[in-house]
Amino acid sequence: MTPAAARRTLQSPPVQASSSPYNPGSLLSVENLSLEALSRILDRATALTRQDPLERARILAKRKVALLFYESSTRTRTSFELAAKALGCDTTLVSNLSSSIEKGESLKDTGLTLRALGAEAIILRHNANGGPWLLEQHTRLPVLNAGDGMHEHPTQALLDLRTILAHLRGGATSMGPETLKGVTVTVTGDILHSRVARSNMLLLPRLGAQVLLCGPKELLPDVAATTGPAVRIERDFETALRQSQVLMMLRIQAERLAGLQLDLDDYKRGYQLTGERLHSFAPQALVLHPGPIIRGLELTGGVADGPQSAILEQISHGVAIRMAVVERALNGGRA
Amino acid sequence: MSALVIRNGHLIDPAAGVDAPKDILLKDGKVAEIAGTGKLKHANGAEVLDAAGLVVAPGLIDIHVHLREPGQSYKETIATGTAAAAAGGFTAVAAMPNTLPVNDTADVTRWMQAPERGANVRVFPIAAATRGSKGEALNDFAALKSAGAVAVTDDGHPILKDSVMRDTLVAAARVGLSVIQHAEDTRMTQGASMNAGPVAFKLGLRGMPAEAESGLVERDIRLLTELRDSRAHLHVAHTSTADAIAAVRQARRNGLRVTCEVAPHHFLLTDEHVGLYNTNFKMNPPLRSAADRDAMIEAILDGVVDAIATDHAPHATHEKEVEFERAPNGITGLETALGLCLHWLHGEWKMPLGRVLSLLSAQPAAVLGLKGRGTLAVGCSADAVVFDPKAEWTYHVAETKSKSRNTPFDGWAMQGKVRWTICEGRIAYARS
Repeated sequence: MTPAAARRTLQSPPVQASSSPYNPGSLLSVENLSLEALSRILDRATALTRQDPLERARILAKRKVALLFYESSTRTRTSFELAAKALGCDTTLVSNLSSSIEKGESLKDTGLTLRALGAEAIILRHNANGGPWLLEQHTRLPVLNAGDGMHEHPTQALLDLRTILAHLRGGATSMGPETLKGVTVTVTGDILHSRVARSNMLLLPRLGAQVLLCGPKELLPDVAATTGPAVRIERDFETALRQSQVLMMLRIQAERLAGLQLDLDDYKRGYQLTGERLHSFAPQALVLHPGPIIRGLELTGGVADGPQSAILEQISHGVAIRMAVVERALNGGRA
Repeated sequence: MSALVIRNGHLIDPAAGVDAPKDILLKDGKVAEIAGTGKLKHANGAEVLDAAGLVVAPGLIDIHVHLREPGQSYKETIATGTAAAAAGGFTAVAAMPNTLPVNDTADVTRWMQAPERGANVRVFPIAAATRGSKGEALNDFAALKSAGAVAVTDDGHPILKDSVMRDTLVAAARVGLSVIQHAEDTRMTQGASMNAGPVAFKLGLRGMPAEAESGLVERDIRLLTELRDSRAHLHVAHTSTADAIAAVRQARRNGLRVTCEVAPHHFLLTDEHVGLYNTNFKMNPPLRSAADRDAMIEAILDGVVDAIATDHAPHATHEKEVEFERAPNGITGLETALGLCLHWLHGEWKMPLGRVLSLLSAQPAAVLGLKGRGTLAVGCSADAVVFDPKAEWTYHVAETKSKSRNTPFDGWAMQGKVRWTICEGRIAYARS
């Protein structure tokens, strides 16, 4: 048999790793979240927001949730904590800077320790990609991924989605493959290092949205377009703006550039969202940013504070979404 | 030393051109006599192994293993690593020098071969090319060779400086040693933990570009071309990319002494197998694209590849139970190589059994110039593997003889079950 013929008959060895979590309450990636599960989370987010706070605080009264943070965070940590407390949970925060992690304790052992202390779910922010899978594998607890390295940030994508739905779809919660048909979302900036971009690129196309990626090659390699059929690269910012209903601006992640030299003046000339650009090319578009924002870099202060900005709204949607996923975690996957 | 007869088996000895039922007498560590079934003349009093229905072949030779001694005996020892080798049908292994300390002296080279190490099969040390494998000052190759080193390499710390690599090739050729290069331009792979491409992007991991391998192979071949008249021999370790194979293929056409090996994981797995950060699929060179993997299969089938080598690289469980980027590179491979090669190369892709065995014995012996190994001709070392070529079985890492369990092949289907491994006339492994 010729080599080519042999190749044709090549029965590829199976890819064994499954992306489904060990614990049905876990939220590790947006990828394995069914549209049905997604709809339930959005639905519960809305219901929980509307509920009487005293009644709400009985839902998970005295249940124990640990927040394990290996990276600094303002929004994600606080909103997860407020969300868990709003449902009545006891929360405890362990951060890498004030714990035995500094002494070299591994993620596995830290997780097992939290479990032994009674944690029923762990919310993990980790600087290494895949940390949440490792933690879940060893603790078998529900793990909520609050951002892992440059990989995923599922609750950010969910809260971005809730913000988009509030503005463009009247707060709909029932999701289908065409819910966001006709909506183009442009993600601009440091996509290479962004877990927010990755989660959004995986989530939004499943609801029918088009995702345009915009930025210079250093921050947006061509390979990014392989993420999915509805994901494209548009290098010219103004061309992208013209097509967009939603603009998602990203911070340049200086902490992850790893020696990459970037001329910030060039960057601003090409990709800064200014009042003029917004007015000229996307006067109706919704402006989102996962935060933290750097005023005067990826966007101007005027745009951040302007009428098209939903940046602060995103933060309150974050609490709603996180209430729903914490509830789901402690209810064995049922939102 | 007592004598041993392997009776009623089917001898496949590619180097000797034998593929027939034969009885074999092993005496004093050598092959003493080979004859048709029942026709041995000098077998009286010898212990008899009945190999009816089994294949008898030259013992397998793995020219790329990490035995972790001296210095990291919590991962593996020479005793445990060679026990795993014997269970996998190997009778000789060539041990890489990235030990603690680095094997860059005759003393360490001799220490590794001392009887106290308890080696179960023959260990051929490969010495470091430069002091401490730092890529600067060359070691004393003549002294290393007389201590038993069979080649030189800086393995995981590839020699990047042109002048140092050129000097290494020249100095090694002068004493008749091969130079093995782990081809990775480490300037292009800083902070990277898997193959560059769509999978790495999706996982948010920094990627090692294929050019980091092929570029260095091309550089090494250029250096070899410039030394045209020397006997310099370059061996490319664990080739994993289509471009590197293409460079080797071309160099060979140009008459250069360039050989290469491929590891089972590089002709079976792709970067997709990393899944969600499974550290048992992390090694260096990393699992590559499907196109690269297919190029490895093609190169094996059409004869460009000289040897299958496992790059057996044991690590303790706790070292692999960490975040993907922090996990050490490497997987074990000695117990799965034959089973995978027979299942896939022979079973699925119809490579003749003799050719598969040659890639695991005669050819690797030739790459490193191991005289009297890799064949069962009379007078050669009594190194043999006796196996049931039809037996199908499943690999369970829980039963491993290695100290470590970092294999991607746990639960995989294997073909060909080893019954006996005989090293220098002694039964090194017998399946109970």
